[in-house]
Amino acid sequence: MSAEPKGYRERSRKLLAGENPRAAVTKATLHHFHTRERAYAELPIEEWRSYAEGVKNHLLSHLEHYLDQAERSLTAHGVQVHWAETAQEARAELARLVSRYQVKRVVKAKSMLSEELEVNPWLESLGVSVLESDLGEYVVQLAGETPSHIVGPAFHKTLADIQALFAREFGTPPQAAPDVLAAAARSRLRQAFLEADMGISGANFVVAETGTVALIENEGNIRITTSAPRVHVVLVGIEKLLPRQRDLAPFLTLTARAATGQRLGNYVSLIRGPKGGDPDGPEAVHLIFVDNGRLRLLADERSWETLRCLRCGACLNACPVYRQTGGHAYGWVYSGPIGAVMAPAMLGSRAAGPLPYASSLCGACAEVCPVKIPIPALLLAGRQRAVLEGEATALERGVISAYGQAMLNPALYRAGARALRLGRMALPWLRAWSDGRGGLQPSPKSFRELWSER
Amino acid sequence: MRASYCVTCLADQFFAEAAMDAVRLLESLGIRVEFPADQTCCGQPAFNAGFHDQARQMARHTLQVFSGKQPVILPSGSCSTMLKAHYAELFSGPELEGAWDLAARSFELSQFLCEVLGCPRLGDGLRGKRVAYHPGCHGLRELGIGDGPKRLLEAAGATVVPWEAELECCGFGGLFAVKLPEVSVGMADRKLDTLPEVDVLTSGDPGCLLQLAGRLRVRGNPLPVRHLASLLWEARSGRRDSDVR
Ligand code: SF4
Repeated sequence: MSAEPKGYRERSRKLLAGENPRAAVTKATLHHFHTRERAYAELPIEEWRSYAEGVKNHLLSHLEHYLDQAERSLTAHGVQVHWAETAQEARAELARLVSRYQVKRVVKAKSMLSEELEVNPWLESLGVSVLESDLGEYVVQLAGETPSHIVGPAFHKTLADIQALFAREFGTPPQAAPDVLAAAARSRLRQAFLEADMGISGANFVVAETGTVALIENEGNIRITTSAPRVHVVLVGIEKLLPRQRDLAPFLTLTARAATGQRLGNYVSLIRGPKGGDPDGPEAVHLIFVDNGRLRLLADERSWETLRCLRCGACLNACPVYRQTGGHAYGWVYSGPIGAVMAPAMLGSRAAGPLPYASSLCGACAEVCPVKIPIPALLLAGRQRAVLEGEATALERGVISAYGQAMLNPALYRAGARALRLGRMALPWLRAWSDGRGGLQPSPKSFRELWSER
Repeated sequence: MRASYCVTCLADQFFAEAAMDAVRLLESLGIRVEFPADQTCCGQPAFNAGFHDQARQMARHTLQVFSGKQPVILPSGSCSTMLKAHYAELFSGPELEGAWDLAARSFELSQFLCEVLGCPRLGDGLRGKRVAYHPGCHGLRELGIGDGPKRLLEAAGATVVPWEAELECCGFGGLFAVKLPEVSVGMADRKLDTLPEVDVLTSGDPGCLLQLAGRLRVRGNPLPVRHLASLLWEARSGRRDSDVR
């Protein structure tokens, strides 16, 4: 997906007008917000979050060591490890694997990294067909869209949207019940699983100590994607490691609780390598470690903390800004609070556009993040960076400097207050305010006038 | 006890009567309130917009105006957060010590009433009133203002009615409200769509009040919106000295 967060305001305006996804997104995110709350309440959650934060911080400060260890452990049970510094390199590696195994058909499990790398259009350009095996992803793929949420790709769609889509694609009845829709998708997917030459997945975790690739899911499609086709390719960001096998269990349950409020996903796959002597499983497993800007993030004084992210989506579910539009307004693969803090660091301030400002700084995200990423502080850092890099608008610069001058001079401040009451102050952004909230009504007398009259 | 009053620029201009109610209330509780006349803005708007140099200058001015030893009271959770949580990010050296010192002796109004004065029973002037309380996000999440305001209201006879979206942001967010107005207004609507049946809507944050009152007016809803200080003064005195917005 080409990153164009710049159009955030335009898209949010459009998404909020007329037929909008607000109701569907609000319903889905609030549901997950509440289930997460219940699941958190079963644990001494502050201690769990501190533990998870600590493990990830340790990992990130010894990343090279653990990447080496992971490569050795993976290789030891027959996983072939590749390294990609950029998205292009990752796609080139995929292309080599496609031609080496003469792949015509791919099934894919849900993976945000594969969205980041724009894997689907790339494979299609190579003449390979790709089918998304996650139901939500599949819906999004059928609709010709991109996922709008890290965990729930189709959160922006209502049941009616999906009914209409499936009626068009599969001829299901226009009012078909959800299980009828799921069955229609399933029969199509089953066929695809049997015919696929390659399964592509992401990974929730790769354990450095043991070389275990861990995947959490609810539908069972990941298990089939990673085991039925001849070749399994894992795409994984270099930050997704866990140091020790014993970290896996707590991280699996913490992720599930944060993402969906489950104690554990319905399925957890722990993959150690190709089938070897077993009757089932792929003949070959390849794992591509992807940097694509992550080392740059790691070197960033503030934004490195975003590398702890588990991609659980809890911050999106808690975010009242996200809830208004869903993820498509953000204009790139990572939306919501975490997207808004990763954008300036990964794409640069210019390309990130208004994303660091797409927040009221309410702090609901930081309250729920399982690895304690201080999102509001990072949003502020992103704004500061935008100003330092000259990305603030001329209007903002002018207003802040004029108001800054007035606020340093009590006499100017009082003169401004009088002008405000006489309606003589040219207030910036007055239209933007009053369109939704009516005119501003200053008190007839300022407090300091009332005080001096006492 | 003597205390300095930091009225905050938004309350000074848009909630002057409520800001005066806070003074009346504090005085009725035996506090000698002083108002340093040179105060202006704490710098939060510049800080939140990313302009740290300008914010630092305003913070420096504020630190000078409120030097001394006595507590500083603000009728705004958001501005209190600026003083208590963010000033320290702007300074180093001796100025940093000044920032820490001011942070430690600054209090949002309800915080002062509950943490310093022990949540006194103010009176029963709110008997029978049904109130919706909006906790501003900065007070709620950064200052950790808990149920103090609700306890004060209920002790005065009010019923604070449960509100589905109570803990959600109203969408004000300063610059955010005008930079991304469509989303900001959508957030206010989410709050107001879930508003229970009440006699009055209140909050301790002037910014949130501007946002919610303005949006209510545009939606044609005549529900009175009043600053927490005004309700608490009514609780104490039985009087409504401030006009209803
Ligand atoms: S930032 Fe935190 S809450 Fe948001 S997706 Fe990442 S881990 Fe989850």
